[in-house]
Amino acid sequence: MYKDKIEEIKNELKDLFTNIKDKHTLENVKVEYMGKNGKITLLNGQIKEVPNEEKKEFGMAVNEIRTMFNDGYTKTLEEIETKEINEKLNSEAIDVTLPGTKLPVGSAHPIERIIETLENLLMSMGYDVVEGPEVEKDLYNFELLNLPKGHPARDAQDTFYIKGEEYLLRSQTSPVQVREMLKHEGKDPIRIICPGKTYRRDEDDATHSHQFTQMEGLLVDKNITLGDLKGTFEAVAKKLFGEARETRFRPSYYPFTEPSVEMDISCFNCNGKGCNICKGTGWITVGGAGMVNPIVLKNCGYDPSKWNGFAFGFGIERLAMLKYGINDIRVFYVNHDIKTLEQFDRREY
Amino acid sequence: MAISLKWINDYVKVDDVDKVELADKITKAGINIEKVTTTDIPNLVIGEILECEMHPDSDHLHVCKVNVGSETLQIVCGASNVRSGIKVIVALPGAILPGDFEIKKSTIRGVESNGMICALFELGLEEKTEETYNKGITELGSDAKVGENPLDYLGLNDTTYELDLNPNRTDCNNHIPFAYEVAAVLNREVKEPDISFKELDEDVNKLVKLKVDTENVSMYNLMIAKDVTIKESPDFIKQRLEVAGVRSINNVVDISNYVMLEYGQPLHFFDKDVVGDSIVVRMAKDNEKIVTLDKEERDLTKDDILITDGDTPLCVAGVMGGLNSGISDSTKNILIESAIFNPYNIRYTSIRLGLRSEASLRLEKPLSYEYSLKAIKRACHLLEKYADAKIVKGIVTYDKVDKTPKVVDVTLDEINSILGMVLTDEDVKNILTSLGFPYTLKNNTYAVTIPSRRQDILMQKEDIIEEVGRLYGYDHIKPTLPLITTKKGEYAEEVGYRKIISKRMRSLGFNELRTYTLVSEEEKDKYNYNFGKSIKLNRPMLQEKSYIRQSLLNSLVNIAKYNKSKKNNDVMLYEIANIYSEGEEEYLEDTKLAFVMSGDYLNNTWNNLKYKIDFYLIKGVVENLLDYLGLKDRYSLVLSDKLPNEIHPKINSEIIVGGSPVGYFGKLHPNVSKDDMYVGEISLTKLIKNKTGDVKYHELNKYPKVEKDLAFIVDNSIDSASMQKEIKRLGGKLLTEVKVFDIYKGDNIGEDKKSIAYNLTFEDYTRTLTEEEVMEIFNKIISGIETKFKASLRDK
Repeated sequence: MYKDKIEEIKNELKDLFTNIKDKHTLENVKVEYMGKNGKITLLNGQIKEVPNEEKKEFGMAVNEIRTMFNDGYTKTLEEIETKEINEKLNSEAIDVTLPGTKLPVGSAHPIERIIETLENLLMSMGYDVVEGPEVEKDLYNFELLNLPKGHPARDAQDTFYIKGEEYLLRSQTSPVQVREMLKHEGKDPIRIICPGKTYRRDEDDATHSHQFTQMEGLLVDKNITLGDLKGTFEAVAKKLFGEARETRFRPSYYPFTEPSVEMDISCFNCNGKGCNICKGTGWITVGGAGMVNPIVLKNCGYDPSKWNGFAFGFGIERLAMLKYGINDIRVFYVNHDIKTLEQFDRREY
Repeated sequence: MAISLKWINDYVKVDDVDKVELADKITKAGINIEKVTTTDIPNLVIGEILECEMHPDSDHLHVCKVNVGSETLQIVCGASNVRSGIKVIVALPGAILPGDFEIKKSTIRGVESNGMICALFELGLEEKTEETYNKGITELGSDAKVGENPLDYLGLNDTTYELDLNPNRTDCNNHIPFAYEVAAVLNREVKEPDISFKELDEDVNKLVKLKVDTENVSMYNLMIAKDVTIKESPDFIKQRLEVAGVRSINNVVDISNYVMLEYGQPLHFFDKDVVGDSIVVRMAKDNEKIVTLDKEERDLTKDDILITDGDTPLCVAGVMGGLNSGISDSTKNILIESAIFNPYNIRYTSIRLGLRSEASLRLEKPLSYEYSLKAIKRACHLLEKYADAKIVKGIVTYDKVDKTPKVVDVTLDEINSILGMVLTDEDVKNILTSLGFPYTLKNNTYAVTIPSRRQDILMQKEDIIEEVGRLYGYDHIKPTLPLITTKKGEYAEEVGYRKIISKRMRSLGFNELRTYTLVSEEEKDKYNYNFGKSIKLNRPMLQEKSYIRQSLLNSLVNIAKYNKSKKNNDVMLYEIANIYSEGEEEYLEDTKLAFVMSGDYLNNTWNNLKYKIDFYLIKGVVENLLDYLGLKDRYSLVLSDKLPNEIHPKINSEIIVGGSPVGYFGKLHPNVSKDDMYVGEISLTKLIKNKTGDVKYHELNKYPKVEKDLAFIVDNSIDSASMQKEIKRLGGKLLTEVKVFDIYKGDNIGEDKKSIAYNLTFEDYTRTLTEEEVMEIFNKIISGIETKFKASLRDK
């Protein structure tokens, strides 16, 4: 008798879940079979009527159909939930091709970018970054740098003087070196770079600017050679213009260095073959340098028989123009279009 | 100004070397040659005109049969002097004349023409003037050999170097000093030119008396050349002056220029018969006058050196001669001056009078006394040879030059250790010899004598080391790094501070700018905020750049407006720069951060997302920045009526840190900008004085917070910050946060009233608060605010 009943429920369970598509029906079915008065629950109560020797068999059979039901129920529930989530996801679809919301992020001025690149490299080589005033004394801008009054390179034509001739808008960042040497009173070694604004009486055009930016470096220590200057320059050149750059020195003249050199890099555009950028020479001049003139060391309180060193200087606008392919220096100062500035909001390797 | 290699060949042999390679070597040694030009034009031959007929279809063209050696060509020619029998310069097809003009076979009015018969100006060897044009084609002598190179025949084949010299080596603009450079790189010897001449028995000291009455003359030499014949210069002088860019005048004037271009020593020729028998050199007096040879009356100053006859000014020394004392067509006897003046006076005078010439430029530099003496003798030699002059015996000299030989000691070790190269004694000896620097070598020390022609070299070993280095070649430098202490570089405090602020401004969305320091008079005081008196330049270049600005904001606002005009509507810009003003003794410096914002901060229109920049956003920027700098709770932002006129009087805040104002921000006054624009400027010089400590971690509260909301109705004139401050005070230390979450105005609360709603957070880090104790404080706050601000609790 109970065997027929078990067989009957088993048969029902085979197709029971096939057509159930929603949670509500599924729960009703659960009540019908597993509820308080459910068909399977009621089956349990019949164990009393089963002869002792068949009780074990009966128990196993009931367990089997209970498991059958639970498996079917769980599987169906998962199917229904998966279907529901998929429907919800589909209903949430948006047009992902519409533009994103632009977050305001500012960019560094190209001049500042070059300065920071140089600072990062040279600070890792032990150079401190110091600055000095733009309204400067003639004494520091010229006199102590071996440019006495009347020296052609300090022509009043070229410098913005202020009130008499004692003060001026500095025409180079070299006075910062003077100030630093005077501060150390000939006692300590010096390793500094000084980026900053400089001014000359130039008419503004594509390649001249009455305001421009220099970065000079000064190293005063013992037994320093021109080779050390070349090695330092090479590190800078490769950092700015790539590992493939070669460097060369050409003899030059600055009143504050002796010997003086022009610093060239192999052209990054043509790799030395000759092109428009290097004017066919394969080389591009990027700065001036030399061994600090003993006269300058002495003027600034350093004994040239004990100390020596080198100084170098770069025109930052020139470096930026070369690096970014800018052909008009006024781009840095006049009519800053945001579209221009935004081009520099990008990392570089 | 160019160097003629043919001229150089007179002093050092260069006719056997490649001129382009030589230029490269010289450039590498530091004498920068910018351009190498050769006069050689291929496909030029000497031709003889065999026949010359009128062109059948023209009234001025001729059809010629010209023998060019290998063949006879038919050439059409338009020159008036063309005729049969003369020898001429023929440019054959393939010749390229100046201006990229290529000669081709052509047909001129139906007649075939196989070349061009040329004038020198067409070959770029003579200036094109009415005179040279009217002369027509160049006629060669009958000794010219048909088929050969006409430039060789004329002696016009030459290579020239255009130089771009460093200011210490302008001596190389002259042929003898340049020859020494050539000799140094080629390791050859220089042969200086002939300075010999016959002397008359008369003694020059009897004919002219010299008195020098100023410290600003270190050498003054006079000689006399008698009975000169003024005529055209010989061709070689004319050609060489032409290369150097100096116009030929006559043999006598040309010789003075020629000698200058040899030695670099300018000479001045006086007409002896006009000048008389006395020369007095002295400083001019202020307002003294002289009429110079260009017939201009010149006002002199006490810094001008003047040559006089003891009475009348004859010449502004080194700059320009007087009207009647110079060489004229009728001059017979010449008084030759070769002098070295104080370069500063020459420079000053020539710049002041606007008379900078080849002579004054040379006299602005230190000159060699040896060359001063050689040049005057060389002039006599040439005047005897090319102007039939007879030279009076002797020389009148004023000489204050220190002739102690300049000897510098240097060792091989010193040379190598400064250059970072490895030279041997052999290398050093060779270089010193090639430079023509006499030396002795004792105890490993070179005692090097610097020749007087090298005025650029000082008495220090570094100068000699540079000479050795540049000739050995800087290509030999091995790159090394200094063997010194390893350390990390640091930013100076104020630089580092500025970098931090700059990075923060960028992360907040502002683009960095750099604008000009110099502004116009009208702009100089704009946005001036408690600074000082603007600094004016002595000699500005332009009116619009004559003052140092007192604020960065005007420049920034202009750029914001420029962007608006370019339809870049959303603008956020900042700049950090120094401003300066006049102080009592020194100048005052202040580093400013300025910023401007306008348009939308966020904008994605299709998504209805838009945050228009307003006062509270720029206020958020300032708060964010100050908090970031570690100044949280140490500043207040208060409405101010002391701000620049460009700022809206009712929409602004002054920034007070540690009790003193450091800057401000606010909306631009509608008079300044029709667009809503918000600006701010902060003195970083003042801000940095507020010291801040390190970050200290605070554990977050483990006990629950209690939040309470309340809203007060108050008069419109009550500001939120004062109420908030009072709430905090009343709340004590258990009230940890007060936030405004709503502002309401409306009829139902009455005119001139507003409702401000606050959200209060109470907490204790050691225990859970009870409702009773929170309510006790809460009620204390309510009654306190009601009393102090005449407020009423909303919805009470």
